[in-house]
Amino acid sequence: MNEDAEIVAEFLVESHENLDQLDRDLVELEQSPGSRELLSSIFRAIHTIKGTSGFLAFGRLERLTHHGENLLSRLRDQKMTMTTEVAEVLLLMVDTVRGLLDAIERDGNDADPAVAVESVVERLEAVLEGRPAPASAPAAEPVAAPVAEAPPVEAPVAEPVVAPVVAAPVAVEATPEPALEQVEQAVGGTTEEVEATSVVAPPVPPAEAVPAATAPVPVPAPAPAPVPVPVSAPAAVHEEPEHGEDESGPRRVVDASVRVDVDLLDGLVQLVGELVLTRNQILQRTDVTHAGGADPDLVRAAQRLDIVASELQENVMRTRMQPIGQVWAKMPRMVRDLAHQLGREVNLELEGHETELDRTLLEALKGPLTHLVRNSLDHGLEPPADRVAAGKPAAGRLHLRAFHESGQVVIEITDDGRGIDPDRIGAAAVSRGVVSRDALTRMEPRQILDLIFRPGFSTAEQITNVSGRGVGMDVVRTSIERIGGTVDLLSSVGLGTTVRVRIPLTLAIIPALVVGERGDRYAIPQANLVELVRLEGRDLEGQVEVLADAPVLRLRGRLLPLVSLGDVLGLERVEHDHLTVVVVQADDVHFGLCVEEVHDTQEIVVKPIGRQLKSLPMYAGATIMGDGRVSLILDVAGIARCRSLEAAQDQHDDVRTGHVDSSALLVLEVAQGRRAALPLTAVSRLEEFPMDRIERSGGVEVVQYRDGILPLVRLAPAIGLPSSPTTEDLLSVVVHEDGDHRVGIVIDRVLDVVDETVVASEVGRRPGVLGSAVVQDKVTDLVDLDAVVRPMLAGAASMAGAR
Amino acid sequence: MTTTPTAPARPDAIDAGQPSLAAQYCTFWVDGLHLGLGVEHVQEVLRYQQLTRVPNAQSTVRGLINLRGQIVTALDLRSRLGLPPRDADALPMNVVVRSRGEVAALLVDDIGDVMDTAGHRLQPTPANLPPTVQEVVLGVVPLSDSILLILDADRAVDVPHAPDTHAIGGKP
Repeated sequence: MNEDAEIVAEFLVESHENLDQLDRDLVELEQSPGSRELLSSIFRAIHTIKGTSGFLAFGRLERLTHHGENLLSRLRDQKMTMTTEVAEVLLLMVDTVRGLLDAIERDGNDADPAVAVESVVERLEAVLEGRPAPASAPAAEPVAAPVAEAPPVEAPVAEPVVAPVVAAPVAVEATPEPALEQVEQAVGGTTEEVEATSVVAPPVPPAEAVPAATAPVPVPAPAPAPVPVPVSAPAAVHEEPEHGEDESGPRRVVDASVRVDVDLLDGLVQLVGELVLTRNQILQRTDVTHAGGADPDLVRAAQRLDIVASELQENVMRTRMQPIGQVWAKMPRMVRDLAHQLGREVNLELEGHETELDRTLLEALKGPLTHLVRNSLDHGLEPPADRVAAGKPAAGRLHLRAFHESGQVVIEITDDGRGIDPDRIGAAAVSRGVVSRDALTRMEPRQILDLIFRPGFSTAEQITNVSGRGVGMDVVRTSIERIGGTVDLLSSVGLGTTVRVRIPLTLAIIPALVVGERGDRYAIPQANLVELVRLEGRDLEGQVEVLADAPVLRLRGRLLPLVSLGDVLGLERVEHDHLTVVVVQADDVHFGLCVEEVHDTQEIVVKPIGRQLKSLPMYAGATIMGDGRVSLILDVAGIARCRSLEAAQDQHDDVRTGHVDSSALLVLEVAQGRRAALPLTAVSRLEEFPMDRIERSGGVEVVQYRDGILPLVRLAPAIGLPSSPTTEDLLSVVVHEDGDHRVGIVIDRVLDVVDETVVASEVGRRPGVLGSAVVQDKVTDLVDLDAVVRPMLAGAASMAGAR
Repeated sequence: MTTTPTAPARPDAIDAGQPSLAAQYCTFWVDGLHLGLGVEHVQEVLRYQQLTRVPNAQSTVRGLINLRGQIVTALDLRSRLGLPPRDADALPMNVVVRSRGEVAALLVDDIGDVMDTAGHRLQPTPANLPPTVQEVVLGVVPLSDSILLILDADRAVDVPHAPDTHAIGGKP
């Protein structure tokens, strides 16, 4: 309902604007009746209102504007000429439209009987058919006029519908005087007077009088006046305070918002940026430590300026923020159409309408979001029959959720469809040449899912006209990364898929770390920042090693490539007795950027740089510091690119740095204190065997276990570590089962089972080890189980085959 | 921004011997050369501004200046024209130029007058001027006491891609 309300509010604002224009146009049209341009403009305005009201199911409004449109189209096509009479009717229609819009705003619908649509429609038809208007509505007209002219009535009623009648030419036929008196009396409010005026009622056709008289709201437009007015006069009086409230209290939709040109807003943002910089300069000059005996009044004024400027900046930035509800509002219709087209049943759930983000980002998000929703409907949700067969409700669920999380906007698109099958993705990726079969076998399910973001990938077996044209997820990822965001995907087969999009709140102002190099300052966006490391003396010697001219840092068991900012900038090398490393990440690459100085973090306003500098990959833009000087913003991804850090990445694509996996791990100790981890799913049992039960079969250690022979493999040598001398009487063994075959993996001891998100790194990759990760704050080898047990299983299989 | 309503100075127009339009030129001096830019291209003229250097940029790019909150690339016109560098202690002036929707600053030695060239003809650039000068000069206007070289604003602020940006490259 929420989005409906928003659409209606938008419609109201737009329509009121249209109507104001319409009034001006109509009046102008009377001066130059032949102007097709004006007529077209009026026609368009009414047509727009008609169209939207039809869409929003405001039947009366639609009916009214439909007739108005008929008349206008005849005028426009010059089948009729503009006369005062026609203008009257049109203005009357415009005011009735306005009355209906007010009713919609007040009640949420256009059913308010106080706004008489029928009589206006009749008059419109009369004019259209060329009948003289007065003849067509003899009863309504004469009475309508006097009522309208009665000022006391008009005031309390506050229904603009009354207004047009004021000038109705037909009023001549009426006798305003008595009516006016009566109305005045009526508003005065005694029962007798009401009765008295009731006497005047007869000329009014009962049909018209009845609805009007029963109306809860005062004057029924151009409808039969004397009767309803007195009758409803108490109501009018009663109503009055409410209207009063409307004016002074909560503002109406139309009054509460102003449309502002986007350029003007952008200009404001820029000016505020300048103001903030100027403020910073003034603050520096009035700083007590700086200025010594600064004028205390000036200092106070500067502090006040500081506060005002900060608030102004915040507010101006907020003008650029828009709720995501704007995008949400368009979803129900789109989902409905798509579901219809694809033969799906969908329950759409929308959450987080009020989540705000910068309008430029919102704009940039529309395309990708639309695409993701389409994908969910087309590839995610199954046709109803399939769903029922799978034991799910026929109607699929599509949940869109937006929320703020740690300075970012997160948007989740969740469906409860068939999920994404890594095997299918893998097969498709191989057949399309996205990855080699070899590389695929070494990938984990999550990495395989990630393949759908590769260019030229589409798994739609059937190409529909909705999605599946082979462009898609890669475009989604590219466009989201362009605005500084990320996309990732979680899916479980048969249960559904969640796509999570993270984007910054705004691009205009970002937090950044300011670093110094040879006296110049450079800004590193906080989004790229991981940590700061300072090394001196012995740490410097012990933890930094130079491999083939490439310095690397041992950081908690991981090897981090080091890049000197001075080198990146092409400056001469300077030796230091210490090293300040800013650990940064971009895309999936981590590296350490060595800088001379670290200043502080601050909010910077990102500004574009000229085309003369566009070819330099290491700069993302520039900003202005507190002292008014320009600083360049470093592009971490660009630096990684121009230092060829990505190339190395691609070669080991199968185990990607920064890859996130959250499966449970069994953490072990091997080789006296070294840590290793196995996926818990690979472990069937943990056993301890007394040393004396170990027997030998060929070159293999075995134990008798469960009526069979369990071959043992010592983990330490299998993963390239020195085997530990066996000191204990008991041997700890992890039993791994693969079909009918079992292998025992000998370890020192089990440390823990963890179920935490693990960031795998390719560091430490070697035969038997996939890579390493930080588990429970310690570097842990991730065991390549297949490589460790394969020789044993192969042996067992061949033995079985021999028998 | 990019339209040049008063640009009369296409070479063909010069050949036709048409007088240049009664245009006003903002003039300045670079290494003894008297140069002019149509006033419609010149946003303003500033005294020396502090520059933030841009490592790895071409030598013509001298740095960035903060022009009331807008970041403007400062280009050394001497370097752009292939002229010898300015004395180390001489502070250049900025001629802020609008070109293709962007603003750039040209660093010049000294600012001259705004000249009205009504009645003067724009003549072809003498063929013996160095190519680096020819490239950015539309034509010349011989005045009584000097010869004014009229610059093409767009070309003056474009920095050709010289192959000297390899300094940025990492290991192969």
